Amino acid sequence: MEDFRRNLRVFLAFFTPSFGWLALFFLAPLVIIFLYSVGETVSLTEVKTTWTFANYARLTEPEIVTLFIRSLWLAGISTVICLLVGYPVALVIATAPPKWKPWLLLIVILPFWTNLLIRTYALLNILGTRGRVNDLFEWIWVQADGALRFVGLGEYQLLGEEYEPIVFLGRWSGVIIGLVYVHLPFTVLPIYAALERLERSYLEASLDLGAGQWRTFRSILLPMTMVGVITAAIITFIPMLGSYLTPALLGRGQVDMIANVIERQFKGANDWPFGAAMSLFLLYVTFIILALQAIAAMRRSRLRGREHG
Amino acid sequence: MKRRNLSLSRRAALQGIGAVGLSFSLPKGLRAQGSTVNFYNWDTYIGETTLADFTAATGINVQYDLFADNEELFAKFRGGNPGYDLIVPTNDFVERFIVADLLQELDHSKIPNMKNLDPAFLTPAHDPERRFSMPYMWGTIGIGYRKSEVNGVPDSWAHLYTSEEYANRIALLGEPTTVLQMAFKLMGKSLNDWSDENIAAATEMIIAQKSRITAFAPDNGQDLLLAGEVDLAQEWNGDIQQVMSEDDDIDYVVPREGGLLWEDDLCIPVGAPNPEGAHELINYILDAEAGAAIADFIYYATPNAAARALLGPEYNENPAIFPSAEVVAKSEVSVFPGQEVLAKIDAAWTRVRAAG
Repeated sequence: MEDFRRNLRVFLAFFTPSFGWLALFFLAPLVIIFLYSVGETVSLTEVKTTWTFANYARLTEPEIVTLFIRSLWLAGISTVICLLVGYPVALVIATAPPKWKPWLLLIVILPFWTNLLIRTYALLNILGTRGRVNDLFEWIWVQADGALRFVGLGEYQLLGEEYEPIVFLGRWSGVIIGLVYVHLPFTVLPIYAALERLERSYLEASLDLGAGQWRTFRSILLPMTMVGVITAAIITFIPMLGSYLTPALLGRGQVDMIANVIERQFKGANDWPFGAAMSLFLLYVTFIILALQAIAAMRRSRLRGREHG
Repeated sequence: MKRRNLSLSRRAALQGIGAVGLSFSLPKGLRAQGSTVNFYNWDTYIGETTLADFTAATGINVQYDLFADNEELFAKFRGGNPGYDLIVPTNDFVERFIVADLLQELDHSKIPNMKNLDPAFLTPAHDPERRFSMPYMWGTIGIGYRKSEVNGVPDSWAHLYTSEEYANRIALLGEPTTVLQMAFKLMGKSLNDWSDENIAAATEMIIAQKSRITAFAPDNGQDLLLAGEVDLAQEWNGDIQQVMSEDDDIDYVVPREGGLLWEDDLCIPVGAPNPEGAHELINYILDAEAGAAIADFIYYATPNAAARALLGPEYNENPAIFPSAEVVAKSEVSVFPGQEVLAKIDAAWTRVRAAG
């Protein structure tokens, strides 16, 4: 079993089902999408493969470029927030007493047990101008206003005449909150895994030798868990880039991302070739990101090899 | 008035993930024939007991699934019938289905209840001889509004499309065709005039207004109105009617420039496994009593004259259900514009969505 060349039959027994599955449900649809992307709509229901490049050329239309750039920005900002929030969370879990760890991890994973659509509807309820967040802020405003009145500053109306609700839905802020909420577990878990593997004695050595907490974090902890951070960033960023539901519901048509345009090609616009071309372009971008990471990882291990050699 | 829950009502709930099959099998009737009709309909668009009554009367089971919009319905059938016997597209999509050869001809001899229909519905432009479709419900698109928050009756599309008065309290529909068409009405043009100038002018108008629009609501404008998130919503009359029954402060008006007249039809798609059963179900829905029970429950206007005769004035004389002759005269029926125009509509819509 260690060497499949010596035990071909066992190898095939394990390999065939999984390869067959991939071929049937992953590769075949991908080929079909590719054929659409080089085709032309000839009638309401038919697409003819004409090996045209026109659908890809349309990706340079200014609106499409704008939407791609907007998607990159939204996914990028949300990824950074996920990392800033996720790293401390992972650190807390990794340094928690062993009997607590499973429970803390459970809390991180718990949202996955509820359907994404339900969670997004819940966010609509929370973030609306009459939602829970604004209720809370309004309560704080009323208390603050009352306090001002109490000290005799009431007539100046320093906080405005009445509470102005903060608008999240239909704005970038709402979509970013949604993206961060949905993808945060993907950020926490790889960073947590990296922190778990870390040899604690390095940190103790650093602190013993006089480095402060911040210095230890910057020079020891962060570099040694960088692989986990990069992995977290990538598996957070890629699904965010293709997000459909979050901008569709929380963006209210005001903050479309590229997946919303793709969806319309398969429905209202009835232009499957263009939709296919955009989908594949998104896939190519993903491959490029993964390839860059692989190259960077290779270079790192080569550098390390040289240091040790 | 503060309402916090966003109720998931008609058409709205399924937007986003596409229709989730909400299927149930009904108990077989006494004279069970064991056959099943696969009925694909809009959400909350059937009487409370209609399907169970049908099964009890005929012994035919109904497998009931829901779709969220016409575009999704068409996309599902593009690659072949996924197994449905009866579908309910809107008139311009009925045309689209006919052009794409996706509908079966109906056998009128199997639908004797056709005699119950108001004769005005027997010769529509989209299917002049009713060869492919039977009318199910009809209505208008107009403005639903919160009475206490607006000045008078907002009876012009200008309130939604050009005015600053109700900035950030406006919801437009999320469907490009309708949103552009209502802009055409405001410009004094026919809503079927898809000239490049009209598309460009309407697109500019919407982009200029975009920052004042709270939401392009994927058919859930009535929920935003009910929740107090907006005070004016462009919507289907029945959707507004449903929230009006929950909140007295909401009303509905078709703007003076006119709106859209639509009709949802019962159609049998090509490749239906049980066209016989589908004919029986169509005939049952066109029955006077069954039709009255549906109309009384979903609050849409029925083309079934015999059913209307069974219902009282609170249904028959409700201006939000049956628009006045004057409103009907100013409004228009949308005609399927063809694939080339669809591409132009989407390009315009992408501009709107990318702007700002």
